[in-house]
Amino acid sequence: MDLNQLTAHELLDKIKSGETSAKNILASLYSRIQRIEPKLKAYARVKADNKPDFIPQESGLLSGLPITVKDNICTKGLNTECCSKILGNFRPPYDATVINKLKTAGASIFPLKANMDEFAFGSSTENSFFGPTHNPWNLECVPGGSSGGSAAAVAGDEAIWALGSDTGGSIRQPASFCGVVGLKPTYGRVSRFGLIAFASSLDQIGPITKDVEDAAILTRIISGYDPNDSTSVNQDVPDYTASLGKDIKGLKIGIPKEYFVEGMDPEVKSGIEEAINKLKSLGAVSNPVSLPHTQYAVPVYYIIATAEASSNLARFDGVQYGYRAKSESLIDMYKKTRAEGFGEEAKRRIILGTFALSHGYYDAYYLRALKVRTLIKNDFDAVFRDFDCIVTPTSPTSAFKIGERTADPLKMYLSDIYTISVNLAGIPAISIPCGFTKEGLPIGLQIMAKPFNEEMLFKVAHAFEQNTEWHKIKPRI
Amino acid sequence: MKYQTVIGLEVHLQLNTKTKAFCGCPVDFGQTPNSGVCPVCLGLPGSLPVYNREALNSAIKLALAFSCQIQEHTKFDRKNYFYPDLPKNYQISQFDLPLSRNGYLDIASEGKTKRIGITRVHLEEDAGKLIHETTSSLVDFNRTGVPLLEIVSEPDLSSPQEAFDYLTSLKNIIEYLDVSDCDMEKGSLRCDANISLRPEGVKELGVKTELKNMNSFKGVKDALTFEVGRQTELLEAGSAMSQETRLWDAQKNETVSMRSKEGAKDYRYFPDPDLTVFIIDQEMVSKTKAQLPELPQEKMQRFIRDYGLSEYDAKILVSSKKDAEFAEECIRKYPGKDKKIMVNWLIGPLLSEANSRKLNLCQLNVNKDELISLIEFVENQSVSHLSAKLVLTQMIDSAKGAALIIKENNMLQISDTAELERIIDQAILENEKSVSSFKAGKTNALMFLVGQVMKKSAGKANPKVVGDLIKRRLT
Amino acid sequence: MAIDKETVKYVAHLARIELEPEELEKLSRQLHDILGFIDKLSALDVQQVKPASHILPISNVLREDKPHTCLTPEQALENAPGKSGNFFSVPKIIE
Repeated sequence: MDLNQLTAHELLDKIKSGETSAKNILASLYSRIQRIEPKLKAYARVKADNKPDFIPQESGLLSGLPITVKDNICTKGLNTECCSKILGNFRPPYDATVINKLKTAGASIFPLKANMDEFAFGSSTENSFFGPTHNPWNLECVPGGSSGGSAAAVAGDEAIWALGSDTGGSIRQPASFCGVVGLKPTYGRVSRFGLIAFASSLDQIGPITKDVEDAAILTRIISGYDPNDSTSVNQDVPDYTASLGKDIKGLKIGIPKEYFVEGMDPEVKSGIEEAINKLKSLGAVSNPVSLPHTQYAVPVYYIIATAEASSNLARFDGVQYGYRAKSESLIDMYKKTRAEGFGEEAKRRIILGTFALSHGYYDAYYLRALKVRTLIKNDFDAVFRDFDCIVTPTSPTSAFKIGERTADPLKMYLSDIYTISVNLAGIPAISIPCGFTKEGLPIGLQIMAKPFNEEMLFKVAHAFEQNTEWHKIKPRI
Repeated sequence: MKYQTVIGLEVHLQLNTKTKAFCGCPVDFGQTPNSGVCPVCLGLPGSLPVYNREALNSAIKLALAFSCQIQEHTKFDRKNYFYPDLPKNYQISQFDLPLSRNGYLDIASEGKTKRIGITRVHLEEDAGKLIHETTSSLVDFNRTGVPLLEIVSEPDLSSPQEAFDYLTSLKNIIEYLDVSDCDMEKGSLRCDANISLRPEGVKELGVKTELKNMNSFKGVKDALTFEVGRQTELLEAGSAMSQETRLWDAQKNETVSMRSKEGAKDYRYFPDPDLTVFIIDQEMVSKTKAQLPELPQEKMQRFIRDYGLSEYDAKILVSSKKDAEFAEECIRKYPGKDKKIMVNWLIGPLLSEANSRKLNLCQLNVNKDELISLIEFVENQSVSHLSAKLVLTQMIDSAKGAALIIKENNMLQISDTAELERIIDQAILENEKSVSSFKAGKTNALMFLVGQVMKKSAGKANPKVVGDLIKRRLT
Repeated sequence: MAIDKETVKYVAHLARIELEPEELEKLSRQLHDILGFIDKLSALDVQQVKPASHILPISNVLREDKPHTCLTPEQALENAPGKSGNFFSVPKIIE
């Protein structure tokens, strides 16, 4: 296998034994990118003659191992544009806290940023200003979104591992569509300082990796209290790799009945059922549970997330950075900059969010959504009193074709149904590959646990992974 | 028709913390534009706020000083609007659960004491500064993020003078708390006013006018005075009035209407998800209350009680915290039984010196021991009161001690009767007319004769002794 | 709940986004559908429920009043689309 095809932990072993170095790993990645990036388009702002002269610092725990970062995480001196025209050429004068932690651990920040839906608004990466990323398993299909670039790069071996962000499923759903591992940590586990905000009460940064062990290593590095983030929690970060290789005998798994309904792809349904059987064969015990407010999750999300986004994105106005439209007066500058700088989905969400907060509608929409959010959280709290984890499909379907859902925003929103509640409740969840459809598209299994119990996720996910072969299959590009 | 004036004041106060509200940029940032900024106060994408502990402490202190009720669960809200001096296009402020409510400030105005309600005191952050040029506007973000307190009064003020007195009292207390420089000229205290008129006897409030751009307490009073006149004229003419904002023009001495904005603003307030709730429990309140310094009102009462000052004199002394402290130290140190003697010197000659030099008492740099020494010279009749005042001036100008100045200027009073008799002889000889007047019963003549002796002795004769000697001589 | 074009226009103004007539038309239709879907929330009885403004039970997060190193004006202005000396420059504000 080429270096770029290996996992981070395999490469770290090779670096330690002197077999290879970060420099060689980078060269392997560049060569892969040279060959398949024109088909995949997992990265933003790739130049034709792309051969960035980047020399990794080969020190620390990670010895210079490169990591691919989503375009909405601030990297000092390196363009961070959220794949939007309005943030064109923005070079942050500071690193996000997670980037600082990675650098301290000896990682090199890969000089190309991963493609994404503009401002993380989307479930397919079709809303990127730079055009869509293609799914490595079928180039006519979407890789999922909004961290589609990160997931496709990892799945296509254009990255060893990557960071994504997840507000309503943006790590897990693309991980599921691309057959890789994606984790959204508990809200407050990972600092948001330097993550360009979409919905402040829902966003989290998390790992997208080739296997569960890599996810455990990466999650540990990026987690922890940050005094610069008022919403980050001061709680010790365990060594998540200690949760690997454990058996799951007697583990109580809840299967929510509301997640197995009409409209679900029959192949996804049977894939998940098989996966659950696999878990049972490893000693877990499963029982049906109920999350009665599941049907309200999507509307609640689309009020809260868009309301917060409408306020978070008000700063993109052409004054300090990014795109500025030609204009005669200030008000003109605001209106034209934002009309020309934002894509369609961004405008739609900002207007919806502004409406939900506006005078006369605040109580009926925003306030009401906050209350239903409490009900959704209570549903999970109740289940976790008796169950160790909850298992569901990550997405009702496998990857759909590029262009298939762009005409109907509502249809696109509804595809988030399985991932969204997790963000609303603030709990951690992981998606791991658990099979393929007849057409060869990956199916993802989602495991959820109670707050700050990422150890449970790693334990169950690793047990499943090590007793199956799904994670070893690679796409042929 | 008689109209009643209704005024409410909104004060924005910059706290004197070392750093800004939500980031560690220093509040004292110097002259270079955009040099005291960071990703947080610039509102750069990805930045997050964390509130300043000292700012919260100062805010609670101030709220308690105004007898406000502290909100046990308080939070920040986002006030959303677009303006170039607001980097995030929202201001972090407080909406429905402000830090404190329902306080008051007692003011003495036009001979009466009046209680002015304080609706709320809440936390927010300052915006940047804009400079308008011909075709563009320039933005300096140094000031964004400076911690502010907004202090809103009830519409309990009934005249421009009361408004002025309210601001003076407010500033006095804030000064004692030492939570702000409260200097309107430097911008650390800003004031907007709301004024309306209603016919006497009517309960409903009239149409409200908002006044902005006043740069001093006097400016506030003048602007309000102008408005009372302008609005009275309009009402008497039966003209319709609409709610508007007007700017005070201090040069022209008038208010000018700002072009009317598009109706009521929709700020779309919602709880800021980047900041946690703040729980201010009884323990925290008690602890902060214990940290409050003695406030002006309390000190004034104490001065009246302990030093026998009149309310008038006590009020003068407490109007500046440092002056009150200086005065109290002088009074404490004065060894004589009658403290009133020291008090009179403070209220009299010292205050006079301070006023003429446009300084505070404490800025005169008078050495307290030297002052006591000077007073003792007067009390034991070694120096006349008149001379002593001259000595005081020199003490301030030269920083020399009292004894030295008295010696250098040969100011010791002549109390020796023999020497005085000689000068009196001369005066009597030269002023036959006055002597006759006095013998005829005109007491003024005695004053004149004493004055002549004083002149001949270059002010050094002890006037009381002279008076007694002359009286004995001539009767 | 129905959302008409006038409301969308007003909201777009609040959000400082200029919409072309076709955009306004399309957006109004789409938002109307989305809000129709969102309306299922009105079926729930939430009178006794507390709003989840913050999902974490943390409070009183504060920082010490200690100064840090600031950015230089060059750093602050690096990305500015319009600048003049050490100032950011924007088109004239017409009240």
